Amino acid sequence: MEVKTANKEKKIKQAPTTVSGAEAVIKCLLEEGIDTIYGYPGGAIMPVYDELYKYQDKIHHVLTRHEQGATHAAQGYARVTGKVGVCIATSGPGATNLVTGIADAQIDSTPMVCITGQVGSHLLGSDAFQETDIVGISTPVTKWNYQVTKAEEIPEVLAKAFYIARSGRPGPVLIDITKDAQFATLDFTYKKCAGIRSYKPFPKVNLSEIERAAELINSAKKPMIVFGQGVILGGAEALLQQVVEKAGIPSAWTILGLSAMATDHPLNVGMVGMHGNYGPNVLTNDCDVLIAIGMRFDDRVTGNLEHYAKQAKVIHFEIDPAEIDKNVKAEVAVLGDVKETLQLLLGFLKPKNHDAWHQKFKDLYKIEYDKIINNELNGKEGKLGMAEVIDEINTSSNGDAIIVSDVGQHQMVACRYAKFNKTRSNVTSGGLGTMGFALPAAIGAKMGKPERQVVAIIGDGGYQMTIQELGTIFQTKVPVKIVVLNNGFLGMVRQWQQMFFDKRYASTELINPDFVAIAKGYFIKAKKVTERSELQDAIKEMMDSPEAYFLEVKVEQEENVFPMIPTGASVSDIRLE
Amino acid sequence: MEKKNYTISIYTENNIGLLSRIAAIFLKRHFNIESITVSKSEVKEVMRFIIVVEITEEQVKKIIGQIEKQIEVIRAYYHTDEELIFQETALYKVNSAEFVEDLTIQDFIKETNARIVTVTPKFFVIEKTGKRHEIDNLYDKLKPYGLMQFVRSGKIAVSKNEMPISSILEDFNTININS
Ligand SMILES: Cc1ncc(C[n+]2csc(CCOP(=O)(O)OP(=O)(O)O)c2C)c(N)n1
Ligand SMILES: [Mg+2]
Repeated sequence: MEVKTANKEKKIKQAPTTVSGAEAVIKCLLEEGIDTIYGYPGGAIMPVYDELYKYQDKIHHVLTRHEQGATHAAQGYARVTGKVGVCIATSGPGATNLVTGIADAQIDSTPMVCITGQVGSHLLGSDAFQETDIVGISTPVTKWNYQVTKAEEIPEVLAKAFYIARSGRPGPVLIDITKDAQFATLDFTYKKCAGIRSYKPFPKVNLSEIERAAELINSAKKPMIVFGQGVILGGAEALLQQVVEKAGIPSAWTILGLSAMATDHPLNVGMVGMHGNYGPNVLTNDCDVLIAIGMRFDDRVTGNLEHYAKQAKVIHFEIDPAEIDKNVKAEVAVLGDVKETLQLLLGFLKPKNHDAWHQKFKDLYKIEYDKIINNELNGKEGKLGMAEVIDEINTSSNGDAIIVSDVGQHQMVACRYAKFNKTRSNVTSGGLGTMGFALPAAIGAKMGKPERQVVAIIGDGGYQMTIQELGTIFQTKVPVKIVVLNNGFLGMVRQWQQMFFDKRYASTELINPDFVAIAKGYFIKAKKVTERSELQDAIKEMMDSPEAYFLEVKVEQEENVFPMIPTGASVSDIRLE
Repeated sequence: MEKKNYTISIYTENNIGLLSRIAAIFLKRHFNIESITVSKSEVKEVMRFIIVVEITEEQVKKIIGQIEKQIEVIRAYYHTDEELIFQETALYKVNSAEFVEDLTIQDFIKETNARIVTVTPKFFVIEKTGKRHEIDNLYDKLKPYGLMQFVRSGKIAVSKNEMPISSILEDFNTININS
């Protein structure tokens, strides 16, 4: 009986109903399980907004204060939930304002669907008011894009958009819909996309490559794993941990791999790359087998490629065939979703430990600790340091918070010092390095995971790139915690000027406004800390606040981030000072 | 690594935006496209791009990876000249006055298998299909006669080896019907 009823209901639901293109857009979003979207209205997208008004109890549309904010919020949402982030904008300037976020999502493989309004199809190509060729503009930075000019295309195209955005190596998709297609009607039925014949998101796994990989790993004397965001995107965190533990391999992460494995796991040896940890960078050039898992050998990870892991046999676990041998030649390339390949690998691995080799990482950590970490965390005099602030947040969060960082010195410090117990907890702009990312991304992250504490760590420079999103926080009452580490400088650029341009501080000093007053202007609780003695209480007050909270911390102005691999240098020439 | 002429064959769905998407991949890496043609292929509703570039093998492999990554690309292949049968076509418009007088050039045209397409009192149009150097040779020959216009097609080519597009598409259909 019950089954029958369900069937009946399903049938009724599937019978075509005549709706406008604009309503079809909303129905597609509902079919895809979307309940939160970010956007900004305008002429060419007004029909869709009119439908959003009608459907407001089903879809929460968050009005950001700038379309760039909408993209980063959608990214933050996607990064913490694994779902597709959705944003929506009008034609012309609305659409072009999305571009930075789209490029960011493309390079960091974030699933996102952007819907833009476009002038009526009869006006296309006439330089009509607010016409821009957003499909042309966004082509190099989207996984796929398409312009809809007929209402009846909408269901199939949006189904495809969501499928492409989330499958394989995820990425951003832009769908541009002309205004007449939004007004015209169609018979609506929806079928989720299950495949596209020219698109192979999941390469076939080749078992013999897995066996070869296992053989190399089993016979390795000094193996090292470097894992990236692929592990998170593939939902393979638990598998990674099993591999690491079974084979006893010291494991390091790229900035986007951070939080895929608990930071205090005994075999977690820290971050690789320009401002990563000393041990994993130096020992990259000492290991005999380098196992890269879901990472793409970005130049900020490898330093000079001529001197990168030349002694090692490289095994590359990767979903995207275009990444194989792109930067580093792989001895064994294991194509496929890491969730599948690591599972298979596990069966072939021999239980091992590599204590003596692991000890080398610990020895180098000791050097880094004595030279850098200890000074940054303890016994400092004078102005507060960035690391102390992150450490205080760790103490308060126990490693359970989602940390959203912006771009600059504070980002490197946040990623070096933040503690994580849970995956999908580190949200940062890795590949594009987009200043202004964190504040809106934190909004999306908190909406995606309302039960988690979300803390944004932002520099005084980047904060002012999307500071207008305080308006979104105020209006939606989303309880994000905002920490601005104010050093009065575009610190990361200033560090380079100090080290490589004889301290010529060209346009890096910031004369800043009263940040607390600005936050208060948006009716957000706010406080400023200048003394070490105030820090602990201030962080506690912020973390305990049930509402949004802004905390400005005045930090040492000319502190530098170390270790550092100067551009063009080898990973093993990483500098401690 | 040595630079060479590589002919890239790309089988794609017929999609408006794809040409600029593919062109952008070359642009981004500063690879100069020597020639490009787009046409229907042997498979229904499937287009074929033929792009000629002079780059290294390592570069062409990476480019193929980037091209195949595009959603509407079914498959991309690359070949060296030895692995292909290929032709180009050129049209030469020459001044009738000079041309009519000269028998040696008319003989040359016959010998090289070029063809006179149109004759008017003012100009001749000659067509030549062949390898690039043959087309260039004829160009050099005709230049002194007052070449009024010259145009050369992109390279068209078929590979000696198979490019099994139909079976790739069939595989997709079977998988999707079964699942
Ligand atoms: C949109 C954008 N513009 C410029 C840069 C170059 N850039 C990288 S870090 C940085 C300085 C960031 O300053 P701030 O936000 O104060 O952070 P700090 O380094 O001082 O912690 C700049 C300008 C960038 N990454 N993004
Ligand atoms: Mg700063």
